[in-house]
Amino acid sequence: MTRTGTTRTRTTRTPKTRTRNQRSRPASIGLHATLAAAAVIAVFPPLWLLVTSFKPRTDAFSTGVVTHFTFANYTHVLADTEFLTWFKNSVIIVGLTTVLGVFIAATTGYAVSRFRFPGMRPLMWLLLITQMFPVAVLIVPLYNLLASLGLLNQPAGLVVTYLTIAVPFCAWMMKGYFDTIPVEIDESGRVDGLNPFGTFWRLVLPLARPGLAVTGFYTFVTAWAEVAYASAFMTGEENLTLAGGLQTFVNQYTNDWGSMTAAAVIIAVPAALVFAFAQRHLVSGLTAGTTKG
Amino acid sequence: MTVAVRVRRALGTHWYAWTMVAPVVLVIGVIIGYPLVRGVFLSLTDANEANVQRDIGVNHIPATYKFTGLDNYQAVLSDSVFWDRLGWTVLWTVGCVSITFLAGLTLANMLNRTLRGRTFYRLALILPWAVPAFISVFTWRMLYNEKNGILNKLLAGGGIDAIPWLNDPTWAKLSVIAVNVWLGVPFMLVALLGGLQSIPGELYEAAEMDGASAWQRFRHITVPGLRAVSSTVILLSAIWTFNMFPVIFLLTRGGPGDATEILVTYAYRLSFVDSPRNFSESATWGVLILVLLSIVAVVYRRALRKQGEVW
Repeated sequence: MTRTGTTRTRTTRTPKTRTRNQRSRPASIGLHATLAAAAVIAVFPPLWLLVTSFKPRTDAFSTGVVTHFTFANYTHVLADTEFLTWFKNSVIIVGLTTVLGVFIAATTGYAVSRFRFPGMRPLMWLLLITQMFPVAVLIVPLYNLLASLGLLNQPAGLVVTYLTIAVPFCAWMMKGYFDTIPVEIDESGRVDGLNPFGTFWRLVLPLARPGLAVTGFYTFVTAWAEVAYASAFMTGEENLTLAGGLQTFVNQYTNDWGSMTAAAVIIAVPAALVFAFAQRHLVSGLTAGTTKG
Repeated sequence: MTVAVRVRRALGTHWYAWTMVAPVVLVIGVIIGYPLVRGVFLSLTDANEANVQRDIGVNHIPATYKFTGLDNYQAVLSDSVFWDRLGWTVLWTVGCVSITFLAGLTLANMLNRTLRGRTFYRLALILPWAVPAFISVFTWRMLYNEKNGILNKLLAGGGIDAIPWLNDPTWAKLSVIAVNVWLGVPFMLVALLGGLQSIPGELYEAAEMDGASAWQRFRHITVPGLRAVSSTVILLSAIWTFNMFPVIFLLTRGGPGDATEILVTYAYRLSFVDSPRNFSESATWGVLILVLLSIVAVVYRRALRKQGEVW
């Protein structure tokens, strides 16, 4: 950890002590150059994906920018493949996961933040430990369980699976967030004759909106991008989610990069929109969870 | 006081809390508790595709696998495949987490100061997080493409021979680490930036008054101030990386050969890719992975506590 200090020393190597927001000209250039390089590395792949999606399929690997601008990849993906079905599957699964996940993460977070009850410490540990469960240990038994319940190839099966991935982390985050809301607010609710559920629902939850946004964002992104369970539990072209569907464009048998890029762009847009909506709350929400965690 | 009375009194006081946590406990119990117990059980049997209970048409074939005790564990642990995969998994985890953390810390420190274009840099640097990971991985596969990918074309422009990014064991390892770092930096950056911003500015001002150099300020204010956030994000990130399935599965499918196969993807391969599907060995790998992670978490937590960390 100490080694990383070089970045700051480099900007102030002059013997005179500089304050935080002053720096020499070379230091300033160095700073901007580093940040610009990092920004290019961060932005280039998604940008290149976008650019490629507008090229004719035969040009997918041309190095230049778009010479023959076309929507052919998009129309092909939308009209001639099962893409819209996959999209619908993903929206249903991710939507349900997000709504349910945020709700139960919030109630759990609130309970562990406000009440001292028997079983609380084990529960906190459980939530922490669940986060490190490898897919590998659960996937086969879960597959068998879902098979025996008739939930393979059913959205409901993936929804409950995703809840177990997202909720433990979200509950911790919500706990951190509720900890920052003064207890006096709960007490005022109780004085006004609200029961704990009423206090939670009418007073505390509205105040916790940024925390809810982050939790929802996290759940959405996790579920939208999950690959392992989706690949194992959903089979048959009409049951695939987007993560599974995208694999059908580029695999050992086919190499349809044009369709892949167009589909990828359509998939990335909703995620980016949710991200844009939540990113304002991201720093506060995440650190509330992590610093207090 | 009888037990019944005590239970009733506990219910009276705590039923709100219990009701609120019930859904989570229920979901975790059914979806994780049961499969976990079942997974441990499977690891003690010789179950595979050919002998588990299954239905073919209308015929119901009962399970015929047997309980074999610790045979699977003995077999896996005495096999060099497991140790090879473990070695690479550790290298992968340590490599990814340390590079990601250093990059995140460097960039967070750079962004945590008055700077023209700060918002722009911040948004650009967080972008990899906004794109779903599997999309990014596919994009990287396109960039890495040996014959036609843009990376090799750029190299060719500079007169450098094409690099087999994903087809050579060593390059493939570097490539998957690079992609995972690319994916992981935004989370580190955001978390550490939050940590930096929660350090009171007065501390820095006071230090400047006393003539502390930039390095001294970093060493004695920033580092201690970031310790809580750092320890949490490093642990989380280590666990996530250790279990990072999509990057490897989608980028190389564990190849070439099994060069980039980490423990999790190898266990998946045993039960869903290889034929016949070997459920018991896969479960054994799963249990071993879980044991390893638990040990790491406990050791890490103890080390933190020794430093006086409350977490």
